[in-house]
Amino acid sequence: MFTFIIRRLVQTIPVLIGVTILTFSMIHLVPGDPAQIMAGESASPQQVELMRERLGLNDPIPVQYFDYVSGVLQGDLGNSVRSGRAVSDEIAIRIRPTVELATMSTALSVFIGLIAGVLAAVRRNTFGDTFIMLVALFGLSMPNFWLGIMLIQYLAIGVDIFGFNTGIFAASGWGTWQQQVLPVITLGVAGAAIIARMTRSSMLEVIDQDYIRTARAKGVKERVVVYRHALKNAMIPVVTVVGLQFGSLLGGAVLTESVFAINGLGRFMIDAIRARDFPIMQGGVLVLAFMFVSVNIVVDILYRFLNKRIDLN
Amino acid sequence: MREEINNGAAIAKAAPNPSFVKLASVWKKLRRSYSAMIGGGLVLIFILIAYVGPYFTPYGPREQNVINKLALPSSEHLLGTDHLGRDIFSRIIHGMSITLEVGFVSVVIGLIIGVFLGIIAGYYGGRIDTIIMRFMDILLAFPGILLAMAIVSVLGPAIVNVIIAVGIFSVPVFARIVRGSTLAVRKLEYIDAIRSLGASDARIIFKHILPNVTSPLIVQATLSVATSILTASGLSFLGLGAQPPTPEWGAMLSDGRAYMYDSAHVATIPGVAIVIVVLAFNLFGDGLRDALDPKMKN
Amino acid sequence: MVKPTDILKEEPILEVRNLQTSFFTEKFEVKAVDGVNFAVPKGKTLGIVGESGSGKSITSLSILRLIQNPGKIIGGEILFKGENLLDKSEAQMRRVRGNEISMIFQEPMTSLNPVYTVGQQISESYRIHQNIGKKEAMLRSIDMLKLVGIPSPEQRVKQYPHELSGGMRQRVMIAMALACDPELLIADEPTTALDVTIQAQILELMKELQQRLGMSIVMITHDLGVVAETCDYVAVMYMGKVVEYAKVADLFKNPKHPYTVGLLNSLPRHDIDLGDEELTVIKGSVPSPDNMPKGCRFAPRCPFASEICVEQLPDLEQSEDGNQIRCWIYTDEWDGDPEVKVNG
Repeated sequence: MFTFIIRRLVQTIPVLIGVTILTFSMIHLVPGDPAQIMAGESASPQQVELMRERLGLNDPIPVQYFDYVSGVLQGDLGNSVRSGRAVSDEIAIRIRPTVELATMSTALSVFIGLIAGVLAAVRRNTFGDTFIMLVALFGLSMPNFWLGIMLIQYLAIGVDIFGFNTGIFAASGWGTWQQQVLPVITLGVAGAAIIARMTRSSMLEVIDQDYIRTARAKGVKERVVVYRHALKNAMIPVVTVVGLQFGSLLGGAVLTESVFAINGLGRFMIDAIRARDFPIMQGGVLVLAFMFVSVNIVVDILYRFLNKRIDLN
Repeated sequence: MREEINNGAAIAKAAPNPSFVKLASVWKKLRRSYSAMIGGGLVLIFILIAYVGPYFTPYGPREQNVINKLALPSSEHLLGTDHLGRDIFSRIIHGMSITLEVGFVSVVIGLIIGVFLGIIAGYYGGRIDTIIMRFMDILLAFPGILLAMAIVSVLGPAIVNVIIAVGIFSVPVFARIVRGSTLAVRKLEYIDAIRSLGASDARIIFKHILPNVTSPLIVQATLSVATSILTASGLSFLGLGAQPPTPEWGAMLSDGRAYMYDSAHVATIPGVAIVIVVLAFNLFGDGLRDALDPKMKN
Repeated sequence: MVKPTDILKEEPILEVRNLQTSFFTEKFEVKAVDGVNFAVPKGKTLGIVGESGSGKSITSLSILRLIQNPGKIIGGEILFKGENLLDKSEAQMRRVRGNEISMIFQEPMTSLNPVYTVGQQISESYRIHQNIGKKEAMLRSIDMLKLVGIPSPEQRVKQYPHELSGGMRQRVMIAMALACDPELLIADEPTTALDVTIQAQILELMKELQQRLGMSIVMITHDLGVVAETCDYVAVMYMGKVVEYAKVADLFKNPKHPYTVGLLNSLPRHDIDLGDEELTVIKGSVPSPDNMPKGCRFAPRCPFASEICVEQLPDLEQSEDGNQIRCWIYTDEWDGDPEVKVNG
C-alpha cells in the first residue's frame, strides 16, 4: 500500500510538469504581442516595453519557463496586471467559496446519486426504475447555469402560492445557508445524475454475482443483501467517478458562481479573461488543475483500499 | 498457407457482405430500443428544423421592434419577444443550426485528432505511446470547461474558438477508446499473420483495427455531442463564445437574465431548447450503446 | 403412481413431489424443472445426476426458494420434516436457509464476497440465526475453520477470499454452510471447479463431516464418479425430469434407462477391460428447451426409441428391484423389440 502511494505520487510529477508547461505557454500562444494586449490598446510604446520587462518577456523562452516554475514552487504566481497585487493573494481570498461549493455539491450528488441508483437497480425494469433513470437523464441534459436561473426564479424571487411566497432562499452571495442551498443544488444535479446511472449499472452487475446468491442461501434479509453485500461491491467503480466529479465540479463552479454572483475563483477568472489579465488566468488554471490532480490521487488510493482484490496482482 | 488464406477470401466473398449483415442486425436492435428511436427521431427533426426552419420563421432573427419588447407569448409572437423586441421563436429556430454545428464540428475535431493519436499510441507503443498518453493525462487534468476557458482566453472570445476549445477537450476520450482497442487487436495472432504476408501498416489499421472501434466511437461521439453543446452554451453564457446579436441559445439566455423579475420567459425558453436538444442526443447515445456495445457502460 | 419415498430404507428428511419450476421469457415458458420427484434419506446422501441443462441446479435452488426472476416455482410440494416449504412466508424461509438447510456452490472463486473477510462471512450465519455477539461468532468461526481442516484458522479468519486458494475457499464455503449445524446440506457441483487432487480431498471432507455431524446431503453433480464415491441413492435427471431413481449400488450394477446406460458407458472404467471397445458417447445433444420433444424427452437420442416413445411420455414406475424408472421398455405397453437388452 505504501509503495503504491509513493508510486502514484511519482507518476503525477510528469503530469504536473505538463500542466505548468501548458499554463506557461498560454501567454505565448496568444496571437499578437502579449505585452501590448495586457498594457491595453492605447498604451504608449514605453508602457508596452515596461509591461514586457515586468513579465520578463525579453528573456529566452527556457529561461522564462525556469523562472516561472521556480516562482510557482515558491508560491509566486506573478502579479495581477489590473490590480498589481500578487496572484497568489488574489486567489487565496477567493478560493474558499469555490472549494466549499464544489465539496458540498459533490457530497449532495453522491448522497442523492447513490440512493437513486440503488432504488432504480432494486426495482429494475419497473416503472420506478424507468422514472428515476428518466429524471437522471434530464439532470444530465440540463445546462447548470439555466437550472440556477430557474431556481432563482422560483425559490429566491419566488411565486405566490395560496398567499405563501416560495422565495425562501437567497439569490446571490455565499456565506449563510440561505445563500448556499441553491448554488449547491445547481452544481450538484448533473453529478447526482451521473452517479445514479453509474450506481445502477454497477449494482445490476453485482446483484447477479454468485456471492449474492450465497448470502441469500445463508438466510440474509433481502435489504441486507442489497445494502451490505451488493452495495459495498458496487461502490468500487463509483468511487472513481466521484473523484472525476469533484474535478469537473471545480470547473463547473465557474458558471454557478457567475449565476449566483459568488465572489469565488471561477468568477474572478472570467473577469480576468475579459480584462486579458493573463497572470490571473494562468494562476487560476494552475491551482484548479493541481487540486483536480490531488483529488484524483486520493481517490485512487481510496479505490485501492476498497478494492482489496487488486492488492494481490 | 497462402492458398488457405485465399480460400478464406473466396468463402468470405461468397457469404453475404458481413458489414451489411451487421448493419441489419444493429437496425433490428435499435428498433426495439425506445430511447434510440425517440432520441434518433428527435435528432433528425432538429437537423431538419435547423436547415429548413429559418426559411419559414415569421420574423428575422435580428428584426427589432423596441416598442413591443419583452412581450409575453401570444399568437403574434409564439414565444414572446426579448429586450429588443426580437421574436424569440424565430431566434430559437435560427439558433438551432449554431447549436448543432457547434456540437457536430467540435466532436468531429476531437474525433479525428483523438482517433489519430489513439491509433499511433496503441499501434506503435513504446515511447510514442507513453508520450501521447501522458499528454492526454495532462489534458484530462483540467476540468473540462476550465480547459475550454483557458483556450478561449488565448484565442479570444468567438464561436469558432469555442468549437476548437470544446473539440480539443474531447480528444482524450476518443484517444483512450481507440488506443485500448488498438492494443487489443494488435495482440491477435492473425495480425501478425497478415503482416508477414506483407500487409502495410496503413492497411492493417484501416482494414482490421478501425472497423473494430467504430461501435464504441459512434456511441461516444453521440454522447460527446451532448456534452459539447452544454459546454459551448456555457461559454457563450459567460460571454466567451458567440457574441450578440448572434441568436446563440447560451448568449440569449445570458441576455434574458437581466429581465428575470418581470419577463422570465426570455431566459427560460433558450434553456428549455438546450435541454431538449441535449436530451435527444443523450437518449440516442444511450440507445446506441445498448444496441451496439452493451458492454460499454458509462 | 409411485411415491419417491418408496425406495428408501430410512426415514426421509426431504421429499420433493411433482416440483415444477419455469422460466418465463417474453415469448415462451421454459420448463426447467418439470414434475420432479425424489426423497432424501436422513443422514444419507442423495445424488442428482445430469448434464448441464437437465434442471438439477434449478431443482436445488428451488428447494431453498432461491429462484430469481424471470424464474418461478409453479407447482409441487417440497416437504422438509413434513412441512411444505412452498407454504412458508419469506421470513420463515429465511430461518430455514443457512440454518436448517444449507447450500454450497460450484464456483468457490466467486461464491464468497470479495470485500468481506472469511471470518465476517462465516460469523454472519451465526449472527443471523443464533443471536450471539460479534466476538463469540468470530470464535465459533475459528472453530468451524478448524473443523473443515484449514490450518492456522486464527489468521485465516482475518483474510479476504482472494488470499485463499480454490480448495481453501471451498472449505470456507463448507464451514459457512455447516456453521449453524443444518440437517440438510445441498452441494451444487462442489468439486467441479477444483483440481482433481483437491476434488478428492473435498469429497473426503464432506463424507467425514457427514459421519460426525449426521446431516443429510443432496449432491448435485454431472459426474457419476462422484456419485459412486459419496452417494447412497441417486436420481438421474434429463430435461427437467427424473428418468431413473435408484439405490447407488443397483444403478451401477444394473442401469435400466438407456440414458443412464449411455452416461455410464461414457465413463472410463477401471474394473472391467473394454478390450478394443472404445468409450461410447451419447449421440446428439440436449434439445433446446423451446423445442421440447412431445413424447419421452430422450427419444430423439435413444438408440432403442420406438413409436410409443416418440408419441407419449412415460411415467416414473416401480421396477421389479424396487427402484424407479421412466421408460416404455419396462412397461406392458412397449411396442418395440421385446427382447431388447438395454445394458447388454
